[in-house]
Amino acid sequence: MKRILMLAAAFGLAGAMAPAVLADPTSDLRQFRGFFQKKFPTVKFDEYASGLYALPGNEGYREQWKAYNEFSPYELGMANGKKQWDTPFQNGKTFAGCFQNGGKNIAQHYPYWDEAGQKVRTAEMDLTDCLKKNGETRSFTTADLDKDDDVNRKARVELAELTAYFYSLSKGKRISIDMSKPGAVKAYEDGKKYWWQRRGQLNFACANCHMDLAGKNMGGNQPLSAALGHTTAWPAQRLEWGRLETIHWRYKTCNSQVRAKPLKHGSETYNNLQLYETYLSSGLPLTAPDMRN
Amino acid sequence: MTPIRRRTFLKGTLAASAAGLAAAAGLLKPGLARAAEWSKNAFEAKKVDEALTNLFGSAQTTPSAGVKIKAPLQAENGAVVPIQVTTDLPNVTTIAVLVEKNNQPLIAAVSLTGAAPFFSARMKMAQTSDVHVVVKSAGKLYSAKQNIKVTVGGCGG
Amino acid sequence: MARQTRIRTRMQDGATEILVLVNHPMETGQRVNPQTKEKIPAHFIQKMTFMLNGKEVAVVDMGVAVSKDPLVGIRVKGAKAGAKVRITWSDNKGESGEAETTVS
Repeated sequence: MKRILMLAAAFGLAGAMAPAVLADPTSDLRQFRGFFQKKFPTVKFDEYASGLYALPGNEGYREQWKAYNEFSPYELGMANGKKQWDTPFQNGKTFAGCFQNGGKNIAQHYPYWDEAGQKVRTAEMDLTDCLKKNGETRSFTTADLDKDDDVNRKARVELAELTAYFYSLSKGKRISIDMSKPGAVKAYEDGKKYWWQRRGQLNFACANCHMDLAGKNMGGNQPLSAALGHTTAWPAQRLEWGRLETIHWRYKTCNSQVRAKPLKHGSETYNNLQLYETYLSSGLPLTAPDMRN
Repeated sequence: MTPIRRRTFLKGTLAASAAGLAAAAGLLKPGLARAAEWSKNAFEAKKVDEALTNLFGSAQTTPSAGVKIKAPLQAENGAVVPIQVTTDLPNVTTIAVLVEKNNQPLIAAVSLTGAAPFFSARMKMAQTSDVHVVVKSAGKLYSAKQNIKVTVGGCGG
Repeated sequence: MARQTRIRTRMQDGATEILVLVNHPMETGQRVNPQTKEKIPAHFIQKMTFMLNGKEVAVVDMGVAVSKDPLVGIRVKGAKAGAKVRITWSDNKGESGEAETTVS
């Protein structure tokens, strides 16, 4: 616990509960990378894109992960995502038309600060907006993405599959988030505050499990991933779920795991958290979609 | 059709099924007898020995180092456990995979009519259990087993 | 609507490995739907047949314990480039699927 407080101080937060002092994201990044380099001296930087499978002590799971990826179940979801992406709208336009470079090699810049709209935007938001701009609806444009009954789940998975395909068009590109605007830094700070705040009955902050306890196995079969590389695989297929899912769904279920109240899928706080997390994985290659525990 | 009477008449033999009858009448090679229809009795058996008897007519197997199992010692997730079976035994006609502690141990039975003696799949395991592989080689049954640990989800979610 | 049936071949240990991935729920019949509180009926692939150049080389019979979205693999020796591989599957509800490929 003392170490987390020391870290929190190093990250410019007094006791992780006080309002955040505006620290410089660049120095945060340096400290963050330094933390993991010290913790896992044998793990090369790029390997963090493999998630917990890169961490020492997880060699058995790594073998299984490599085997799954030889012919992975998420190929099925990806095929659905590709079909969605390739199918023209009623007006003849396509998703590619909504994005720079036809949607290729741009996902490494997501999520991003939208200066005009003064908010963080995720790929899910841009994909949904593209549909709306072209007068299209889909199951996920009208569904309640927070619910997990058959109908709403199917809709959210459809969104995850489309988003996964979008990310796959940028596979291998290194994460690079534009932090040049003050609004971006403010959103980053909001995400950072959420990251470091303890919550739920188990009173854990994201930082507790994914920094200090990274690489350890909680309560039997919950191996903990390192925060470095966290977002590179998302949307991802967890063995637990047997389907592709959005990163916000993972945030919600993770909140539940520490018995904290989950926020809404697509909420501003989750968007800001996603911005913070993704920025701290700057330089790592996108692997999305991928298998995760 | 009077299936009940027919079963009683044929009690104690392999031939409770139409395929079994054909086999008994010498119309099918024994190795192919099961290929004609899905063996409900074997797949719904609750014990390894029962499944083997329903599948092969016998549960007597000889452990053999010639039957190789490639599977993790600790499964990352019990819903998707990868398993690979290879063998250098000759004239292999059938490969069967069984998970002892599963409700219904028989996972799959492969009938080989030209393919190499190899099989791979992903299977569900209810809990930590021995996994048995039985191979029919030149008409005889050989087996190997390996324990696979399965821990049920940590913090849930 | 046909379920996705994906097939792939590759060389492994001097043999051609044929891998099949099917989009199938492989329901055991034991799972309870959390909304309706009712058991979801068993729905699983029972038989998968592999053919090389039109000739059957393997039949895989399976039960409910094969994983969801099953991946099944066999190997054949001596398959030449251009050999036709075809698989068909059928499940307990009468659904079926198929896929073809050629050995590269």
